Amino acid sequence: MFLQVLGHVLITSDLWQAALQFAALLLLPALGGVISERSGVVNIAMEGMMLIGAYAGVMVAVATHNILLGVLGAMIAGGLLALVHAIVSINFMANQTVSGIAINIAALGLTNFLLPIQTNGQGITALDSSLRLPQAALGPLAHIPFIGPVLFQQNILFYVVVLIVILLHFLLFRTNIGLRIRAVGEHPQAADTAGVNVRLVRYLCVVSSGLLSGLAGAFLSLGIAGIFNQDMTAGQGYIALAAMIFGKYTPFGAAGACIVFGLGEALSPRLQDTGISANLLSTLPYLLTLVALVGLVGRTMAPAADGVPYEPAAE
Amino acid sequence: MQESTVVTQRPASSSLYAVEMREIYKAWPGVVASDHVNLRVRKGEIHALVGENGAGKSTLMNILYGLVTPDSGEVLINDRVVHIAGPRDAIRLGIGMVHQHFMLIPPLTVAENIVLGNEPGGLVSGYQRRRANEEIKALSERYGLPIDPNVLVEKLSVGQQQRVEILKMLYRGADILVMDEPTGVLTPQETDDLFAVLRDLVKQGKTVIFITHKLREVLAVTDTITVLRRGKNVGELITRETNQREIARAMVGRDVLLRVEKEPARPGAVVVQVKNLQAQSDRDLAVLHGINFEVHAGEILGIAGVEGNGQTELVEVLAGMRKATGGQITLTEVKDGVAGPAKDITNIGASNARIAGVAHIPEDRRESGLVITESIVDNSILGRHHWREFSRNSIILRLKQIASWANKLITEFDVRTPSAVAAMRTLSGGNQQKLIIARELGSNPIFLIAAQPTRGVDIGAIEFIHRQLIAQRDAGKAVLLISAELDEIRSLSDRIAVMYEGQIVDIVSPEATEEELGCLMTGSSIVNEV
Repeated sequence: MFLQVLGHVLITSDLWQAALQFAALLLLPALGGVISERSGVVNIAMEGMMLIGAYAGVMVAVATHNILLGVLGAMIAGGLLALVHAIVSINFMANQTVSGIAINIAALGLTNFLLPIQTNGQGITALDSSLRLPQAALGPLAHIPFIGPVLFQQNILFYVVVLIVILLHFLLFRTNIGLRIRAVGEHPQAADTAGVNVRLVRYLCVVSSGLLSGLAGAFLSLGIAGIFNQDMTAGQGYIALAAMIFGKYTPFGAAGACIVFGLGEALSPRLQDTGISANLLSTLPYLLTLVALVGLVGRTMAPAADGVPYEPAAE
Repeated sequence: MQESTVVTQRPASSSLYAVEMREIYKAWPGVVASDHVNLRVRKGEIHALVGENGAGKSTLMNILYGLVTPDSGEVLINDRVVHIAGPRDAIRLGIGMVHQHFMLIPPLTVAENIVLGNEPGGLVSGYQRRRANEEIKALSERYGLPIDPNVLVEKLSVGQQQRVEILKMLYRGADILVMDEPTGVLTPQETDDLFAVLRDLVKQGKTVIFITHKLREVLAVTDTITVLRRGKNVGELITRETNQREIARAMVGRDVLLRVEKEPARPGAVVVQVKNLQAQSDRDLAVLHGINFEVHAGEILGIAGVEGNGQTELVEVLAGMRKATGGQITLTEVKDGVAGPAKDITNIGASNARIAGVAHIPEDRRESGLVITESIVDNSILGRHHWREFSRNSIILRLKQIASWANKLITEFDVRTPSAVAAMRTLSGGNQQKLIIARELGSNPIFLIAAQPTRGVDIGAIEFIHRQLIAQRDAGKAVLLISAELDEIRSLSDRIAVMYEGQIVDIVSPEATEEELGCLMTGSSIVNEV
């Protein structure tokens, strides 16, 4: 019975479309994590940056009646929160994991606190379609059977994410800037003595992770949901974190991991006819995360100086 | 004499000194690292900067390279006063530095390491691999430093890595090359190669500052010597007019016994027998491929080898800190010349190994020898805290007994400290090491493992430590000495086992020449060609 339903569900384009959409959503903060950790700053605050981005995106879009400004607002909000993380961990050399947790809790508290104040206790009602990120079908490509709906009838941000993955891979592994980022994450002292500005590189990378996570927040609130709810990220920033590790700190690796997790998320609502508890099924992506981390990945090699604050005149 | 040299060497129109540091003062909380130091390095010479650990050599060079900001004093490069705020400024002024611990990034290629921070095409450009490789090839041909630019640095030997470091400086157009203890990790042959390269670089107009504490090398390769002691410049010497004794006296401030005096060994029965010992590294790769040796009562067996050939792992296995994956270690107590029953101590753990009579002076005293933030008293019973004289039922410490034990160690081993409750980290490296040795010998072991016992220790303390090791030998203990310093191995050992890639390639007498040992250390057997 279960396997029959599963087999049937697995060949529907509807499932794969949803899976890839989830994957794209997860991938943005995962890429944020990749760029931050490649530069040597542990960042587990994508959850909080995403949430604040989702919130800011909706508030700005509603206030200005402009979807683009909404997206921009989301990115800036995420970037500002990341800047806090950067200052705390780069300048003050605080524990980066603790800083990340603090930011996640602060973001949750802040959005819960601001939402009723800014909406006079009403909360946000569903957004008007003009304020939502549209679905975009890519011309004739969209009509290819199965592949069309899966790949070419997606939200507009989906295509942006695909572009960002490729660009980030190119940036990290094919450019001089990428060489410097990797050097700083592996051996900051070596980079410093070679004339690379370690702090600047780390600042830029951490803030970029905030921009990407904020964009993911906009994708979630302005794109997929069309609304802002309290704690609407619900741990997806953490799944993105797992995807980053699962993907061995590479953009394409993270993309692969996000597709696996996206499939898990897309599957759980579609298997409810099988008689298995919906609550149990909704834990599927998280279980998958654990399995992936323990079984498939084992010890991944993080950048050597990941999480280690850099003190120039040590000794 | 010095005056006339100065006059004759002055080039027609350019400046005389490549580097001049005037009245450099730098204090850290509690220490004056550089006390109004003057340093003058002539253009086109190899200038040695010598001194004991903590004499202020590294501080001075870090100031020159912009890694440390001096409290006062000025730096002149080619007679111009300059302000060096960071490595970027230093590089711009033509200063290059090869640090004691290489500043290389293992998972990147040779070319990526060399061009980093100065990549062809500028910052906003793709990484131009071909151009980088071509530029490196041109450099390596010009200076006779062959290297494959596409290899990952982690695949290179230490000597090759150093070559990459030198190329890195040359790529940046450095004219003043600072080499911080460059020979510490090299084999004798690699050291000779390095010296040839340095002489060649000077011929091509470069200036070299060579930081070291190995006096033989100073005499072999440098032109002028500046000696630092406790943050002060205590003298400038001209290499060809001086000798080891004079330099050592300037470094330490008194006459030093450079040679170890010892009676011939009177080895007894076998105390330690190691058979076909195998073990894995932290990365689960096999590092010990069947080690065999024995150590007799009353002898020092030295283990020579380039670092990273399994010595660290061997010591850890013997001390019970790492699991052997195969083979056997047995320990036999010899009392009054009579051997007792052999005890199997393979994989019994560090605590049981100590109980069985193994004492261990670890190679990294901060990592595994001491708890650096705690007091001397606490550190004096590390690993022995459960002994009956130090605790009741291994639970409640007997503080009075422990304190008197610590004070006894301090007096007997001349550990210089304001008090027994001072934190370990407030002591100098030499005194920290003395306490470890005091503690390890205080347990009256059967078998003493001394790994890099004089690393980072000043000459005076080295003398003391060497005497202690000899005394242990003469008291009939089995001593295993592991050291990266070939001189130390040769002067102390009664037999020398050479380790290469996880195996003992040969066991030779201490009369073996440095060249012979060097050959063995690089895996080739002794050839009688030269």
